[in-house]
Amino acid sequence: MQGEIRFALSHCLWGENMNETATRQKGEMKNLLEKVMHGVFFVCALASILAVALICIFLFVNGIPAIREIGVLDFLTGTTWKPGNDVYGILPMIVGSIYITAGAIVIGVPIGLLTAIFMAFYCPKRIYGVLKPCTELLAGIPSIVYGFFGMVVIVPVVLEVAKFFGAGISSGSTILSASILLGIMILPTIIGVSEAALRAVPNAYYEGAVAMGATHERAIFSVMLPAAKSGVLAGIVLGIGRAIGETMAVIMVAGNQPRLTASLLKGIRTMTANIVIEMGYATGLHREALIATGVVLFVFILLINLTFSVLKRRKDV
Amino acid sequence: MTTEATTAAKKNTAAAAKAKPQRVYGRTKARLQKGVVYGAAIITFAVLLFLIAYILINGVPHLKPSLFEWTYNSDNVSMMPAIITTIEMTLLALVIAVPLGLFTAVYLNEYASRGNKLVNVIRITTETLSGIPSIVYGLFGMLFFVTQLHWGYSLLAGAMTLSIMILPLIMRTAEEALMSVPDTFREGSFGLGAGRLRTVFRIVLPSAMPGILSGIILAIGRIVGETAALIFTAGTMAQIPGLFQSGRTLAIHMYVLSGEGLNMNEAYATAVVLLVVVLLMNALSAFVAKKLTKK
Repeated sequence: MQGEIRFALSHCLWGENMNETATRQKGEMKNLLEKVMHGVFFVCALASILAVALICIFLFVNGIPAIREIGVLDFLTGTTWKPGNDVYGILPMIVGSIYITAGAIVIGVPIGLLTAIFMAFYCPKRIYGVLKPCTELLAGIPSIVYGFFGMVVIVPVVLEVAKFFGAGISSGSTILSASILLGIMILPTIIGVSEAALRAVPNAYYEGAVAMGATHERAIFSVMLPAAKSGVLAGIVLGIGRAIGETMAVIMVAGNQPRLTASLLKGIRTMTANIVIEMGYATGLHREALIATGVVLFVFILLINLTFSVLKRRKDV
Repeated sequence: MTTEATTAAKKNTAAAAKAKPQRVYGRTKARLQKGVVYGAAIITFAVLLFLIAYILINGVPHLKPSLFEWTYNSDNVSMMPAIITTIEMTLLALVIAVPLGLFTAVYLNEYASRGNKLVNVIRITTETLSGIPSIVYGLFGMLFFVTQLHWGYSLLAGAMTLSIMILPLIMRTAEEALMSVPDTFREGSFGLGAGRLRTVFRIVLPSAMPGILSGIILAIGRIVGETAALIFTAGTMAQIPGLFQSGRTLAIHMYVLSGEGLNMNEAYATAVVLLVVVLLMNALSAFVAKKLTKK
């Protein structure tokens, strides 16, 4: 298609040595081409709408019947997941996702936010040129590599440390390991959004604070940070979205047992892990229940996105 | 007299210190805050450094020639088919997503009138798309391309799924690049009698090219590292696939290897290749983007 367009373009836009009728034709063709391409751009612009519509339709059409068959309450609040016995309750997975995400936030947000403060207010310019690409690299490392790193480093370390403190566990694949790994993985998101928010605060705030005798630190922590609050919150919400949707890395470190547990040193399964682990061999209602798990995850994500855009809009105002 | 002056000064400072204990407290607090900030930054970059160093140190010694043999079998655990599949997948996904994303950006930035309701809808859907986790894309690809369209686990199904996934990224970077082209360029072009289309293709797009390119390179990085969206769309066969055949990309290759647990050395080696590709892509993207700002 692009070849045609280019041909038509070169033909009508750069054609030379034409007589008058040809010039008129050229003008008409040019008009036509303008209109056609306007249409092409317009249709392309509809692609993202089409994609979202298709994703919603196919997920809901394939997932809702299973939820109805199992029963909404049984599905969402059932505490046992035994596909062999046709028992499908995904509460353990929902709790697992929330648990691990909360852990990731507890670990990732303080480190990420403070790093963002460093990047915005402390970092010398020369070092900044090196560190900024580093945070982007942190975002670019594939989740499978993070997962692998978690599997060969974090999991054994957690096991050893837990044993040292006398916890009787046999595997390091735990909520704690997954939280640490996800905490690392959401760092670039938190750093990026928070730094942008901090930089968007007018410099006059800082200058005013310093002029009134505040130290550099006090100006940052008592003036700049509160002023950037909603942007920072938006970053945290985005981080939550990343963490709850993360799949491969979590599978490799979380242990994946579908159970309700309150212990940080036990394995747990998330919604995302549930889908990937069992989808390969699932059939019938089991498969539909897995798709329905995806629907629940999707709804979570939509809610988080909504919160994010509300926060962002508030920042803009 | 000088000694008297210094003692007086000492007395003064001592009195000041007594009179303002708050200030001293504030100073330790400030020092503490500064320390915490530096500590957090050190943790962040130490983790990154450690991760990269750990993978490279453990992986590089296992990069043997047998890993790059043309066909895969359980003896050589070759990653060559996976590399070829990754390249095929990347090209295919880009061929689909780049024109779509670019043209959408052109429409939003050059054609649509301000306050157009459709523009808002497109912005919202794009934002939604960029927030959807890759496993949901994978599920959708499985339901739509693999099952509904009967493509089976195939290169094409994987590439289509990925192209939807990278669409928002390409669109956003292209739009930013288009927005950074000064309006005077357009006005100059219109003033010389060029139509809108000619202005877009001859003036606006060339000046926005570095920004668009850096977005595309970032998208390549995402495709190369993607796993969850591909497992149930492209499958896990270790072969060089045709359009409707299953194939595993490097990332999936690594997932399968580390899942089996038999070939950890090869998994390390694959991680090195993945990491190097991502490093290169990031450097390239930054380089191209820098070219944009220098202009």
